[in-house]
Amino acid sequence: MVQSRMIPRVIIVGAGPAGTRCAETLVKAGIRPTVIDEGRRNGGQIYRRQPENFTRSYETLYGSEAARAESVHCSFDALLEDMEYLPETLIWNIANSHVYTVSHNQQQVLPFDALILCTGTTDRLMPLKGWNLAGTFSMGGAQVALKSQACAIGRQVVFMGTGPLLYLVAAQYAKAGAGVAAVLDTSSWFARVMAAPKLFAQPSVLWKGIALTVDLLRAGVSVRTGVEPLAIEGSPETGVGALSFKDSWGRTRTIDCDAVAMGYHLRPETQLADLARCEFYFNHPTRQWLPRIDNDGRSTVPGIYLAGDGAQVLGANAAEVSGQIAGMAVLEDFGRIVDEQAHGKTLMILRDELASLRRFASGLNQAFPWPAQQAAHVTDDTIVCRCEAVSAGELRNVVCMAGADESNRAKAFSRVGMGRCQGRYCGNAAAEIIAHAARLPVEQVGRLRGQAPVKPLPIATEVVAQ
Amino acid sequence: MSAVSSDVVIIGGGIMGSSAAFFLSRRGRSVTLLESGLIGQQASGTNFGNTRRQGRSLDQLALANRASDIWQRSKELLGSDIKYLESGHLRICYRDRPETAAAFEQYALDAKHCGLELETFSGAMLRKRFPFLGGDVLAGSYSARDGHANPRLVSPAFGRAAVREGARVFENTSVISVEKCGEDFRIHSEDGQLFRAPVLLIAAGAWSDTLAAKFGDSIPLTSFAPTMSVTEPVTYSIFPSVGVTTSKKIEDVYFRQIPRGNVIIGGSTRAPAYPDIRRAYVEPQNTLNQLQQIRRLAPALARLKIIRVWSGVEGYLPDSQPILGPSDHVSGLYYAFGFSGAGFQIGPGVGDMLAELIDTGTTDISLDPYRISRFSNTQVKAV
Repeated sequence: MVQSRMIPRVIIVGAGPAGTRCAETLVKAGIRPTVIDEGRRNGGQIYRRQPENFTRSYETLYGSEAARAESVHCSFDALLEDMEYLPETLIWNIANSHVYTVSHNQQQVLPFDALILCTGTTDRLMPLKGWNLAGTFSMGGAQVALKSQACAIGRQVVFMGTGPLLYLVAAQYAKAGAGVAAVLDTSSWFARVMAAPKLFAQPSVLWKGIALTVDLLRAGVSVRTGVEPLAIEGSPETGVGALSFKDSWGRTRTIDCDAVAMGYHLRPETQLADLARCEFYFNHPTRQWLPRIDNDGRSTVPGIYLAGDGAQVLGANAAEVSGQIAGMAVLEDFGRIVDEQAHGKTLMILRDELASLRRFASGLNQAFPWPAQQAAHVTDDTIVCRCEAVSAGELRNVVCMAGADESNRAKAFSRVGMGRCQGRYCGNAAAEIIAHAARLPVEQVGRLRGQAPVKPLPIATEVVAQ
Repeated sequence: MSAVSSDVVIIGGGIMGSSAAFFLSRRGRSVTLLESGLIGQQASGTNFGNTRRQGRSLDQLALANRASDIWQRSKELLGSDIKYLESGHLRICYRDRPETAAAFEQYALDAKHCGLELETFSGAMLRKRFPFLGGDVLAGSYSARDGHANPRLVSPAFGRAAVREGARVFENTSVISVEKCGEDFRIHSEDGQLFRAPVLLIAAGAWSDTLAAKFGDSIPLTSFAPTMSVTEPVTYSIFPSVGVTTSKKIEDVYFRQIPRGNVIIGGSTRAPAYPDIRRAYVEPQNTLNQLQQIRRLAPALARLKIIRVWSGVEGYLPDSQPILGPSDHVSGLYYAFGFSGAGFQIGPGVGDMLAELIDTGTTDISLDPYRISRFSNTQVKAV
């Protein structure tokens, strides 16, 4: 790689666990990184900090993860003197080794030698009839409401989907005194048993997960596995009124509720990697396209690195480790290692730790699989792309009638993924629907090409004189 | 090797090739259309979508009028809605270019003789009629019968309609060699297929020069990537498609609002395109230039956000006129490319005219300005 002794200009995107540990690693080596984050405060999604005038304790906010959250926050605070920190700043495009940022309609262009993308995740969603009714939130959205603003999304909330976040958010709601109407998991108990050997790679995390379920059951919450969601019922005027599903015995049931939190585990936020022209590959276990990285987070584009859940969803602990590793990779590539031996030793330990966390994450994927088969059952009148209000029927129509059996072609013909989220929330599900309609393996359907801006860019954006 | 034989082979499934395939098929000619990617995927699918006659060189207006008739009948012709809308089209100039206002008046007079009615505006009338225009705007020229359509849908709709009329369309079929053997052209594709026909139409956009070179024609074709953006949807309130007439590239922006509410923005500075990898990227600085200029043109748009940018690979010729018509030294060979960022509106007219020319041997459209021989370095190799 680059063999010069110059001090590289390093930009880290994201101030969550991966970005924090990466910055810390670089600062220790005498580099002054720039940390750019969309959030108003650091911590990322998982360790989101509450507004300054809120006074909930770490224990209240982060439960069993209080110590980790506090450690990440304190580490970040300790770095403030030694880095440039740009909160509430969006990188809307990347070109020719420059990031284009916008903050409060002010645009800045910043050059970099190394860019570490620690962009985190959002919920992976499968459309469900009625999911566009007011009162339906993504699992992460429901958690943000509680964590940041101490608000519940409803009085009687059904938590529906799969993945560790399903139990975590439901338990946090129950603990906060919000009404949890039910926890409905599309994954079966059997899958969890089968995944157990992998989950034992991180026994303490596994135990915390089991404890969450126990807490929910103790609180009298109905927890069901192996369900098949049918519809969110209600009306445009009154919003969510109930959720109907088939239980594991195949019986149709309906639960009254005024809000639904849904999510099927997570998906990495990869648009910046896409705009940086990193190569992607199809990851079969998760049925997602991921940026191709080496063991230490180097992408296929020199100078672009990825760490944390934005590279692959491995969880917050792994994000801290991979953030540190990516920082070390930058040091290596720019000839900034002082003690080769210590560096090598630390790297070995961190890689081992990450391998164990990877094994655990693959267990989670096995225990809480993405319900791809549901794509076949999404009714024609169900909205798939909420930004552009495109129904499953319209999408299937362009596949079957106009031969659009590739994601970008289906987008061009139907508008699926063309709206303000650019398919971040519907892209995974749309690909499954296209694949099923075209009778193709989902990897052949491809992935939506990312386009700038990563999030909507104000036309009023003014260029700041540099 | 068994060959796919037909009356005409068309290379390039953009708006020129797909509409030519459609109109030739309707005339009873057997047509094979070869497209290296998907129909309408490049410049024809990624352009701004103006169906604008005004502002074209006067020689193009006969073709543009022919195209206009086809746009108006597109729904019944194609059996699908390509979102053609006769929304009106407004061209404006800024105060620092008063000579352009005079040019609008002259163009309106000239265009009238070519069958295009325009209305010119200035002062209070301009503000009253088009209240969204910025303070720098001096004058405007309005064409009520121009408008826009959805480029993503148009060429694929022509392609499907051509298939219904009997054309054979081969997508993902890259041509690796073309030659004329006796009366027939022989075209080999990368996947080992052979196509033959006595007539060959090259309508391969920015990729046409390498094909023309195989017949000894050296064409100074270059490619560019236009800068396109779209906003989030808002109440449908600006009906005409609006563009700036200026000699400064950076000022040359245009926008149109579609009934579902999004505002589509194009123009200003553009980027290099990469035909060899079939990609074009929007350079961020070009987006910023465009947004700055669009605020000047229509200040209210500053309150919106753009949600997506895109580009495509467009083929340009030095005089901004296409190469259109028969080869001057290979019988049976026709060209339609190099529309220089202004081919969308006249596309269906070109397809219809070429079908007529190939089918009957003649057309009443004068193709003189578009002769390939105007690029003098043609190495003539009679076949």
